Amino acid sequence: MKIKLFPIRGGVHPEDRKGLSAGMAIEAIPLAPLLHIPLQQHIGAPAEPLVSRGDRVKKGQLLARAQGAISAPVHAPTSGLVMGIGGYPAHHPSGLKVRTISLKPDGKEEWIEGLDPVPDPFALAPEEIARRVAEAGIVGMGGATFPSAVKLDLRKRYSLHSLVINGAECEPYLTCDDRLMREQPEQVIEGARLMARGLGLESVLIAIENNKPEAQAALRAAAAPYPAVKVIGLPTRYPMGSEKHLVQTLTGKETPARGLTADIGVVVHNVATALAMHEALRQGRPLIDRVMTVTGGAIATPRNLRVPLGTPVSFLIELCGGFKQEPARLISGGPMMGQPLPNTQVPVVKGSNGLLALTAAETQQAPEMPCIRCASCVGACPCGLTPLEIAARIRAGALDASVNRGLLDCIGCGSCAYVCPSHIPLVQYFNHAKGELAARQRARHKQLETKRLAEARSERMEALQRAKQEAMARQKQERAAKAAGGGEA
Amino acid sequence: MKEPTLIAAPYSHAKTSVSRTMGLVMLALLPATLFGLYQFGWPAIFLFTVTLISAVAAEAFSLRLAGKPVGLFLKDGSALLSGWLLAMTLPPWAPWWIGVIGAFLAIVVGKQIFGGLGQNLFNPAMVARVALLISFPLELTLFTAPSPLFSASAPGFLEGLAVTFGGSNAIDAVASATPLGHFKTELGRGLTLGQASEGTGSLWQLAWGQIPGSLGETSALLILLGGLFLIHKKVIGWHIPLAMLAGLALPAALFHGLYPGQYVGPLTHLVSGAAMLGAFFIATDLVTSPVSRSGQLLFGAGCGLLVYVIRTWAGYPEGVAFAVMLMNACTPLIDHYLRPRIYGRDRRGEPLNTDGKRENT
Repeated sequence: MKIKLFPIRGGVHPEDRKGLSAGMAIEAIPLAPLLHIPLQQHIGAPAEPLVSRGDRVKKGQLLARAQGAISAPVHAPTSGLVMGIGGYPAHHPSGLKVRTISLKPDGKEEWIEGLDPVPDPFALAPEEIARRVAEAGIVGMGGATFPSAVKLDLRKRYSLHSLVINGAECEPYLTCDDRLMREQPEQVIEGARLMARGLGLESVLIAIENNKPEAQAALRAAAAPYPAVKVIGLPTRYPMGSEKHLVQTLTGKETPARGLTADIGVVVHNVATALAMHEALRQGRPLIDRVMTVTGGAIATPRNLRVPLGTPVSFLIELCGGFKQEPARLISGGPMMGQPLPNTQVPVVKGSNGLLALTAAETQQAPEMPCIRCASCVGACPCGLTPLEIAARIRAGALDASVNRGLLDCIGCGSCAYVCPSHIPLVQYFNHAKGELAARQRARHKQLETKRLAEARSERMEALQRAKQEAMARQKQERAAKAAGGGEA
Repeated sequence: MKEPTLIAAPYSHAKTSVSRTMGLVMLALLPATLFGLYQFGWPAIFLFTVTLISAVAAEAFSLRLAGKPVGLFLKDGSALLSGWLLAMTLPPWAPWWIGVIGAFLAIVVGKQIFGGLGQNLFNPAMVARVALLISFPLELTLFTAPSPLFSASAPGFLEGLAVTFGGSNAIDAVASATPLGHFKTELGRGLTLGQASEGTGSLWQLAWGQIPGSLGETSALLILLGGLFLIHKKVIGWHIPLAMLAGLALPAALFHGLYPGQYVGPLTHLVSGAAMLGAFFIATDLVTSPVSRSGQLLFGAGCGLLVYVIRTWAGYPEGVAFAVMLMNACTPLIDHYLRPRIYGRDRRGEPLNTDGKRENT
């Protein structure tokens, strides 16, 4: 399908290194001896556990239910024994402990009874689709982990015209979406059409970068019976998969600052999310595993694996033959926007799309030099920012000035830092400033709240005091009146 | 695995570095430089060498004084490049101390006093060039006709040493005016352009560079070649060079068209003096030029226009150094006002309209 595409600003062409794992078919893996399932694998409130230590659970059983408007439930990836609920290092650079259910698989893989497959999910009402997606615990699997059902509800507040399925996979190294599209194109298409149904939409655009011709061909063939589903080839350029830029490429329209793509009538979902929705609706299967790429120059045999959630990262590394050399960095996600992992004990979560063990030759680290104002970062920024100017202001502690220069419009794609000849860690500056601003805002909020409460208290105290005085005055009057009356009597 | 510093992504990097950038610029300068060294012989080679060594020495001295890692910063190549660019703009038979003082002015006054690499407001080579021109007007305006190495008219090694390091007045014998200087004098005393042109070379000679002039500025064609290489390698953009050349050529074409007898034509302007070197190597200096494309266009056009104004109506026959420095001073202002439009915002920085939103339904 040829449609007119629109140019986006900036971007870079990193060496994609997808060849390491692109040829490896997705493989199921054996169960790890112990699974660690965090209660928060999504944006929003953590799930509330429904099991306790010593419980036997079946595969697919609800372990913890969603809490609040933005949350997602968590299910058992396999059957086994709940060993405990407690703190375990998070899949996060801090390595801080988060509430986690530890599950010892019994190896029987017994499914829970009462899964609710739907023979014709297209007959379901949009509300019912959203309800089932919420119950299956599906979140954005491109890494954002925003609860998908909440995103399906956007139709209530916005007038939408298109669903975009993001198969750009513009991060170097990662091949999980590529493999998934090649191997399960029909399921992806059906998931996408179900999403469209849930959103009350017809038009589905599946966007795939041109460096994945096999995936494009597979999805085109699978989409052939459905004229409303179009597969579109995208120019290969990072960050093509940034949803705002993807939508701009497809529609020519920019998402307003601080807004959502829904503001211009488009909802974007990842291909892996589409597959999860297909499984949830057609088979009644909750989200209990995901496809991820284990790769990098330090990994002996890079592979694409279908991993039960909660599997420790160290187990995956062993499955891929271990390290063939000491990695310089261990990354969750892609090299451009991924996060460093504190250790190999952390578990795989719903948002894990890649595990990278990079060698020093791959990371190309070099000592930081002063900025030579070469403006490479200005040319590379897809958001029209001047990263060098923003970083200079942050370095000087002028955070408000950096906001005026567009700090909060930064999507953190890292294109600027990637091209910087002085190797200045620009994203580190930006993240530091964003965090500091958030902390200041929290502090200000707290201060205002404290002030408000203190004022309310003193008002209350005064009112109390007044009431006491009035009561005493009244009593005095009454006594006086009584005394006077008595005198008369 | 040893514990690496916790730092935000990306964990991959383009194969770029400051020294690579500087190295590419020097590579691009090489053809015009070699031509200049060949054409002006041993004295030019000595002056070039002295200037570069002095620049690196001045950089090392300043770094040591500032307590910065000397080795790391010398390796970036920026001092070598500043020295190189300065040498390109000097009269090829100037005495050695011009190179030494110039290199000191460029590195210490022009760059390190501002805080070193990336901090200077003005192009270091131009700071030195202007300071030298004002302080030593005689030495800086004494040009020689080309006398290629090993040709009969060229000074030998020892004679060359004598020219650069003193003891020879050979330069008086071969002193010659640059084309721009020639036009300035002749037009100034009321001759027409046609009469004045008889004393200078053909347009081809001007473009190829067989004319009296600064050490590395004469060959417009070789400089253009190097400049195009830099654009191809994406070290510089096309915006500043094109805008600067247009800013020079358009007014030249206008006045030449209106008064053909009194104003030098646009092509002559483009291929003479420091126009090409200025457009591709001086004005494009990364540190001292604006960062946005619109800013670069304005900056380049301003440089070109000022060069024309100075060459045509001011006291000096050439004005690239003054023009670039004046525009350098405007760079922070240009960067403040001319910025790229931010994604999702209009030119004033307000968020774009949200028309698709349905409120409270």
